[in-house]
Amino acid sequence: MSFLQRSRLFRSIVRHGLPDSVRNRALVTFTNFFLHIQPVKVRLRAMQFTRTFYLGGLSAACFFILVVTGVLLMFYYHPSVPRAYEDMKDLEFVVSSGVFLRNLHRWSAHAMVALVMLHMVRVFFAGAYRPPREFNWVIGVVLLLLTIGLSYTGYLLPWDQLAYWGVTVGTNMAAAVPVLGDQIRFLMLGGHGVNENALIRFYVLHCVVLPLALTVGIALHIWRVRKDGGLYLPPKG
Amino acid sequence: MSDPEKVLVPERTDDARAVKVRLAVVQDEERATVERTDEPECMSFPHLVLREWIAFLALSLGLVVLSLLVNAPLEEMANPEKTPNPSKAPWYFLGLQELLHYYPPLVAGVLLPGFVVLSLIVVPYFDINLRREAIWRGRSLPGALKVLIVTALISLFFIFSAAHPVWPIVVPTIFVGLLMALPAALGQRPAVLHWLATRSLPFYIFLWFLIVATALTAIGTLFRGPGWSFTLPWRDGIY
Ligand code: HEM
Repeated sequence: MSFLQRSRLFRSIVRHGLPDSVRNRALVTFTNFFLHIQPVKVRLRAMQFTRTFYLGGLSAACFFILVVTGVLLMFYYHPSVPRAYEDMKDLEFVVSSGVFLRNLHRWSAHAMVALVMLHMVRVFFAGAYRPPREFNWVIGVVLLLLTIGLSYTGYLLPWDQLAYWGVTVGTNMAAAVPVLGDQIRFLMLGGHGVNENALIRFYVLHCVVLPLALTVGIALHIWRVRKDGGLYLPPKG
Repeated sequence: MSDPEKVLVPERTDDARAVKVRLAVVQDEERATVERTDEPECMSFPHLVLREWIAFLALSLGLVVLSLLVNAPLEEMANPEKTPNPSKAPWYFLGLQELLHYYPPLVAGVLLPGFVVLSLIVVPYFDINLRREAIWRGRSLPGALKVLIVTALISLFFIFSAAHPVWPIVVPTIFVGLLMALPAALGQRPAVLHWLATRSLPFYIFLWFLIVATALTAIGTLFRGPGWSFTLPWRDGIY
């Protein structure tokens, strides 16, 4: 093992030695692209479970599971009518573990919406929304809207009765906006009703635009947690 | 000033190499980042990373088990000719859909949600939210009276402004109003009352919002059936 760790190949990938010293442990966080979004050191009080209940982290974890299962689902899905619905049936009866894949994606999506909301509640009651974290709270609100947008655009994709009427109800609400209502609805649906044009719009938003926006947003958000002085800790005493 | 090397030279060029000293930018306002702490700390790796990994595994395990046990719903193919009764949006919109039962779409679908999003955004910039002072310092009968009057006004508004009284808003309003008024009327003993008295105004506003949103969503999800009639989930099932 330590022979491997000293090899030139290994050292070209991970430049520091075993994380057995404080220096090397710091380097793990410093030099790893995926970890360096975190601080090198954490205050013990910030690590208590009840400080965050890991709600922000678990929201991000849900998003990760959703991206992985979502990409796998994309291999089996055509955004057209009636093929979209037939693909759901294929997932059920033809694709190996197709039902499981779809279930995991669906339940993770619901879990993510719930976790993000709970995270927001946690942050509020902790008082962590106040300066200097006020802008990170605003970024958070945007993340919440993006999360709901992702969930909602995904809701149409199976093209079953639930999807169709769920989206019809929602977009009819958008039509209630004064003056511009019908135009907004037309923009969302690419037509006057929920049809194939709406499906392709929701598909592109769901698989490309919103996930990209959310990825950037989450990175910004977690980075700002550090830049705003780490987790908010109530003053002692 | 004996050592000329240590003098800070103002930047006069765009060439970064010409800058002789390191620059430290300290924002003039008070920033948490520049505060020194004597808090005990530990290394993120492995202590934090390991905990995050465990949390991730626990979440994955839970979701995998759920996915093995419960299937995602899939109904018949979409059919524009056949409107299901009731037609429901996904659960996180059912609070709004429940409001549609009381208010026209402009109010329930545009103004109220727009107002909620806007309030969430301005929360940290809104002055009364920032200090989080206790609402009561001691007993205050006028204070209790003031709270009860405001509670009554808000309740009356939601009873008479809609097609029918919006109980999912009125009941939480009265509940939160009483929570606020109790410690002012009765004093700060026992400890529960002290706890209530030392919460801040924004705490109560957010609590109120939270209970209202939960009540509307729960009613829309569990207690509404065909024609948006009131149903009981244990008797009629969930629509
Ligand atoms: C996709 C959604 C989101 C993700 C992945 C996310 C992720 C995180 C993470 C990992 C943290 C570190 C501490 C913790 O876990 O609590 C955090 C902190 C924070 N989040 Fe979020 N968040 C999201 C949405 C939101 C929302 C909706 C809000 C508020 C409207 C928000 C406001 C904040 C604030 C103010 C902090 C700093 C908390 C503190 O200093 O204690 N976030 N977020």
